[in-house]
This record gives sequence, structure tokens and C-alpha cells, in this order.
Amino acid sequence: MSQQFIIEPVSRIEGHGKITITLDDEGRVSDAKLHVTQYRGFEKFCEGRPYSEMPSLVERICGICPVSHSLASVKACDAILGVQVPETAVKLRRLLNCGEFIQSHALSFFYLSSPDLLLGMDSDPANRNILGVLKANPSVARDGIRLRKIGQQIIEWFAGKRIHPSWVVPGGVNAPLSAEHRENMLAMVPEALDIVQRTLTLFKQSLENYREEIRTFANFPTYFMGLVNLQGNLEHVEGKLRFIDAKGNIVADQVDPIRYQEYIGEAVEEYSYLKSPYYKPLGYPEGIYRVGPAARLNVCNGCGTPLADQEWAEFRSLERGPVMSSFYNHYARLIEILYSIEVLERLLQDPDILSTRIRAFARPNYSEGIGVVEAPRGTLFHHYKVDEYGLMTWANMIVATGNNNLAMNRGVLQVAKRFINGTTLTDPAINRIQAVVRAFDPCLSCSTHVLGGPAASIQLLAADGKVLDEV
Amino acid sequence: MSKARIATTWLDGCSGCHMSLLDIDERLVDIADQIELVYGPLVDALEYPEAVDIALVEGAVSNDEDVKKIRLIRERTKILISFGDCAVTSNVPGMRNEFRVEDVLKRGYEENASCHAQIPKQGVPHLMPYVRPVHEYVKVDLFVPGCPPPADAIFFLISELLQGRIPDLSNKTRFGA
Repeated sequence: MSQQFIIEPVSRIEGHGKITITLDDEGRVSDAKLHVTQYRGFEKFCEGRPYSEMPSLVERICGICPVSHSLASVKACDAILGVQVPETAVKLRRLLNCGEFIQSHALSFFYLSSPDLLLGMDSDPANRNILGVLKANPSVARDGIRLRKIGQQIIEWFAGKRIHPSWVVPGGVNAPLSAEHRENMLAMVPEALDIVQRTLTLFKQSLENYREEIRTFANFPTYFMGLVNLQGNLEHVEGKLRFIDAKGNIVADQVDPIRYQEYIGEAVEEYSYLKSPYYKPLGYPEGIYRVGPAARLNVCNGCGTPLADQEWAEFRSLERGPVMSSFYNHYARLIEILYSIEVLERLLQDPDILSTRIRAFARPNYSEGIGVVEAPRGTLFHHYKVDEYGLMTWANMIVATGNNNLAMNRGVLQVAKRFINGTTLTDPAINRIQAVVRAFDPCLSCSTHVLGGPAASIQLLAADGKVLDEV
Repeated sequence: MSKARIATTWLDGCSGCHMSLLDIDERLVDIADQIELVYGPLVDALEYPEAVDIALVEGAVSNDEDVKKIRLIRERTKILISFGDCAVTSNVPGMRNEFRVEDVLKRGYEENASCHAQIPKQGVPHLMPYVRPVHEYVKVDLFVPGCPPPADAIFFLISELLQGRIPDLSNKTRFGA
């Protein structure tokens, strides 16, 4: 008699997820699925809205990465207007993005995952959270709070508000950078560098303790995708798409993101509101690919900034070819924080960064626009169509985490097979199954940008649906 | 003095209100000794516990699981707070109310799918015909508008509640803040 476990809610992730695990007649794990239980419907309910509302509207897809959505959105709107954004505005958008990456990756590492990484996957669940880390390791917790605050403060100084700001607009940004804020931000750089560098040291030293997790957390070959610049280096805001295979061979390069539909399809599974994007040339589901911090570091030729490049080289030496284990996303996030701080410092010192030429104006001249950026969790696509008045008629979005759906599912299965023994769910097993999902740092509200449901729970079901065990 | 048992949750929201809560930054350290986070996305509790003192509920009520959840929360909570514009008025998630549920699902899972187009049905909640604010399902003790409510307003809210007072937030936050 086969049985099924359900894990609901999946904790310390953004959004709503449920995991079901099925055992076969011999009591071995035969299947596992991540069900995303939320869907709001942005792709439909934006119909009739003026295109200029989209950047503010799509920010409300997610409270952790609203900046990323607004950036992808304004890029799609730039295309609808048919304008060339002034250079200073492009740099200012990049700068805002630096703040975003710093705060979002800090949230993921310190608030959501450090309880597992520092207190241990098997530690008491009552303390396995940021308050528990604060008690057990106050200096690390304070570092995390401080680093996230620095990222949020940068966003606030540029955009006026930390969450759901209104600053990036179609055509550019709507206010120049002030000299005062520029000074304030430069003054924070040394502290930010200190925090991320000592965290990197701490984390690298502790990799020893995670051998099993590294071995089993979505450790399997897939393609990888990310944006790169003309030199093939890491790129978050501009750039073109690159796909590599599991051995590191480039299979598609410098692809203009507006051609995304030639390369990426979206499949639906009946058990989840999250669709499964796949690499079209390989079909579904063979076309499984991954995005996000580790994927980006796999795909690029380097970061292009000195300190991050050193760390990147060390990261890439972990394996011959691209790193496979999604556990390494935690490591990659820290490197991307470092990269973002270096880019911030460099751009703030650009001689034209205070220029007031920050916006191009036009009416909607085209009926369609596509904007693509790298959000903290992966590549983000916004695709809009408008009528002759500039009112939205259709939208499609592929959101970051969503690209990883197939990989998250396979990762959950891999961990379930390794850590579930018999027919009861232990807390260590439950936590590790959730931890592999956390390694992807999913943003499930984002990924479903659709109407949604609650988080995950864990149940063990018999083949006939009877609940055998529940947590 | 015993710690206040605080729960947080998100229904149909974006997590922005939770992020604004975290924007109290180091002030979290100041109140850490006075609170126990007994349930929520930031902690590992699998079930909503009994005898919760304060619940911060973010997000609108959008599907049948949300309804079950909010009723359970109301039963087990002393002070239930509608946290943010989605909970208070249904805000952006409520924009789907203008459209039929079938059309909203069709756009995502049939028109915008290139493989196995179908409406997800297995193991996922059912969408209610309309997205509604929290107080249309349960009694709410305090409304905190904002998209999101500013961190200072949230910190004031928690500080006052910890002192046993229900705060007046009218000059600290507003709809769309």
C-alpha cells in the first residue's frame, strides 16, 4: 500500500508552497512534488490599465523584490515608447538594483537560511529562526540585520521608499541622484564590504559541515541560464541571455531577450499553480534548466569586479565545470552581494551620476514591449501588449524562481529519497526537504504572480488518501 | 513579565508588509526579549497554535484555503490585526474581481502555456469568485493600512500593544502609503 506525506507550510521561504511525498508499496520514496498554492492573476487583471501604471502595479507581485519587477516593467515600457533611455538613467537603474540584491540576498541568507546553516538542520524548531540566531550568535544576526538595512537604505535614498517605491519610470527615472545621498551611500561601502567578507569567510569554513546537504540538495546535471554582458560577464540589468549545458558548454549566447519565446516554453502541471518553464530545443521535461545566483556564476566568464572575481574563481574551483548542487546558492548569494557593493561604489563615482538628464519622453509608439532583468532569484521576463491608446491588452511574465520549478521538484525528490526512512516523518527529514527548497530561495508569490493560496504543510497519506501521519 | 505570543501570516499578499516589519531593523533586537514568534513564515511552526496574543494578518482572502485559515486564526487569537492594504481593502489582489475566475485562470494556464495547457486542480486551493478583505470573513480588532505600512508605524504598533494599549494609527499610516 503506497503512502503519501504532505508538508504544509514550507517555512522560511517567500510565498506559499506545499510538498507531497509518495511512498511505494515497499515504503520507499517514489515521488515528490512541490505544489505552489497561490495565484493572483496579474497577467489578466492588468487588462485595460494604462501601460504607465504597470511598474507600480507589478511591484505588488512581491515585497522582497519589487525593484526587480519595476525594472523589468519599465524596460518593457521603454520598448512600447520606443525611446533610448539616457545613460545616467541606465546607471541609476543599475544602482538601484545593487541595493535590491544586497537586501534581498541578505534576507535570504541571514533571516531565512542562517537558522539552518548556523544552528543546524536538526536543531530545535522552536528556536530555528532569526530570533534564535540572535540569541545563539548575536554578532551574525546583527550583521544580517545591518546588511539588509544597508540595501534597503540605498533603495530608499534613490527611490524615496524601501518597498514599492515610485522612481523608475518608462523612459528613465523620475528624479536625479542628490550629492548628499551619494555621499551617504559611499560612506556605507566599507561596512558593507566588511560584513559580507567576514560572512564569506565564516561560510566557507563551515562548508565541511554540509557534505550530505551538498551531495543531495538538487545535485544533478541541468542546463543553466543567465544574462551576461558583451564580455560574457555577470550582468543583472542589461545584457543578453546565455544558456550553458551541464558540462559548461555554451549552447546559446548573446540572445536578445526579446526572442525569449523561441527558447523558453511554459508547461502546466495539474498539481501546481506554478508553471514549469523549459528550454524549448530540448522539449519538456528534458529541457530542465536553472537560474539564480549559482546558475549566474556558472554561466558567466567572471563578475568584472576585483573582489567578487577572486571569490568567483574560488567558487568555480569547487567542481570541474559548473557547480551542480543548489546548496551552493547560499555561497553564490554572498558573492553577488560583494559584486553589488563593488558595482555600487564604482557607479557612484561616475562623473555624470548626478546629471539631471534622466528621462526620455514619448507616447506609446509600439504595441508590444519585452523587458528582462536578473532578479535576485533568477531571470525575470515581462512581456506586454497595448492598444492604440496605450491600454494593456495582454501580459505574460516568467518570474525568476518559476524558471527553477522543474529543478525544485527534482531536488525535493532527491532529498526525500535520501532522508526519509520508513513511514513516519522526522523533524530532521522535514527540515531538510524544506531546506532544499530554501536553497533556491524561491519567491513563490512572484513565481505565480497569480492568485494564490497558503503555504505548505506536511502530511503522510496512504494510497487511498487516508492520512497516516501529519505535521 | 511573560512574553507576548505573536503570530504573523500572509494570505493573498506579496510579503511586502512582512518586509516592512523587518524594516524595523535593529529595533527587532530591542523587542526580541518581549516577544515569542509562535507562527509565521519566519519560523518553523507547522500548525497555528492556541492562545495567540497578537496576529498580524497580511493579504486578502482569495481561495478556500485562505478562508479556512483566517477562521482558524480568529478562533485562536486575542487581537487580530488586518495588516496592510490587501488585508484591509483587498487592494491589488482584488483587481481580479473585475474578471471571471475562469478567464483569469485561462490567461495563465491556457493562453500563456506552450505545453500541457490545463487549469491546475490537484492539491491546490480553489479560487473564490471574489477576493475580499479579511474583515468580511472574521471580526478584526485593528486595521493597519498601507502598501506597505511604514516600518515606524509598525514599530509603534507593536510597542503600544506590548504595553497593553490599542494604538491610534491614523496619523502614522494611510491607504496606499
